[in-house]
Amino acid sequence: MKNEWFRALVRWIDGEPAHDRRIRTPEGQRVRRARRAQRTGEQFSDQAAKRFAWGYRISAVVICLSIVCTLLYTVFQLPLFGAADSPANNEVVERYIEKGVEETGAVNFVTGMILDYRAFDTFGESSVLFLAVTSVLILLLRDKNNISEEEDLLTAHEFFIEREMQDLILQKVVAVVMPCILLFGIYVVLNGHISPGGGFSGGAIMGGGLILYGASFGILAVRRFFNRRTFTAITTAALLTYAASKAYSFFTGANGLETGIPLGTPGAILSSGLILVLDICVGAVVTCTMYGFYALFARGRL
Amino acid sequence: MTTVFELLLILSLVVCAVAASFSKRLLTAVVIYMAYSLVMTVIWALLQSPDLAITEAAVGAGVTGILFVLTLKKIHALKGTKDE
Repeated sequence: MKNEWFRALVRWIDGEPAHDRRIRTPEGQRVRRARRAQRTGEQFSDQAAKRFAWGYRISAVVICLSIVCTLLYTVFQLPLFGAADSPANNEVVERYIEKGVEETGAVNFVTGMILDYRAFDTFGESSVLFLAVTSVLILLLRDKNNISEEEDLLTAHEFFIEREMQDLILQKVVAVVMPCILLFGIYVVLNGHISPGGGFSGGAIMGGGLILYGASFGILAVRRFFNRRTFTAITTAALLTYAASKAYSFFTGANGLETGIPLGTPGAILSSGLILVLDICVGAVVTCTMYGFYALFARGRL
Repeated sequence: MTTVFELLLILSLVVCAVAASFSKRLLTAVVIYMAYSLVMTVIWALLQSPDLAITEAAVGAGVTGILFVLTLKKIHALKGTKDE
């Protein structure tokens, strides 16, 4: 009996549904069972499958409930929002709040934190995004070497549909909205050290704008100004600039040297040293990543 | 007044979460998930973290939703699209 249970598990892992019998016709089921019996050389009993289905449902509910209980318990153990004696209010936060503006030059000290005190972490995040989009590129990019004739026809068909069946209302609206979205994204990126926002959010907004354009006018229209070469160039250049500028400031910081980069008056657009540069780099990487994901998932091309 | 508003928001958050997991149609689940993100955006703004609010609006309600819809299209779970 235990053995049958195990086999049911193996079948489930292989992707055969164990419990939705209702959609199978009896004939097909008999044929399938006979075939399976032939293959495995023994009869698979109905009882075990039923028991496995029930066990599957019950264990799913139990696992779900236990995770919900654990999470709720953890949430109730957390200190209240904004409580003065919460462990998060320690000398690190004090330092950020008291010296943040003076040391980084950024009025928005969330940005000052993630792009100055913790710029190394943000570099890691950007690299993760870059790696993710590179892996998607490797897996999904269709070019001459990995495309079959059938797929080629399918893509041609998709591009044909894209060209022929464009939605006029969507296009007109996008033509009005898209510049505003891009402009707002650029504003959020450039004002990252002054107002809420920064590289990641601004980049996501610009990426969303590009996706909107690609979805309404077709990917071929985006390719006029944003193809794979620009994609590679922008991402690589942004990451390298980030790495170089941060390496410089780490080097000078570790050796106690003067960076020679003026911090400027806090609140001015050209202030806070390297943060503006880093913001632009992160924004560029995020924009390219977002649009790259869309284009690769939708058409397998950039 | 604010507490009532916050309670309403949190309630709609819970309703959205439950509705998303119980909806039969996948596209509906995605749309409900995007609504969840929008409510979350307002909550972030109320919790005085506008940075997170912007990111949540752009990523949660925008890009993730688009990627979900794309996936549904890829696995042909969208009815009535033209390139089926």
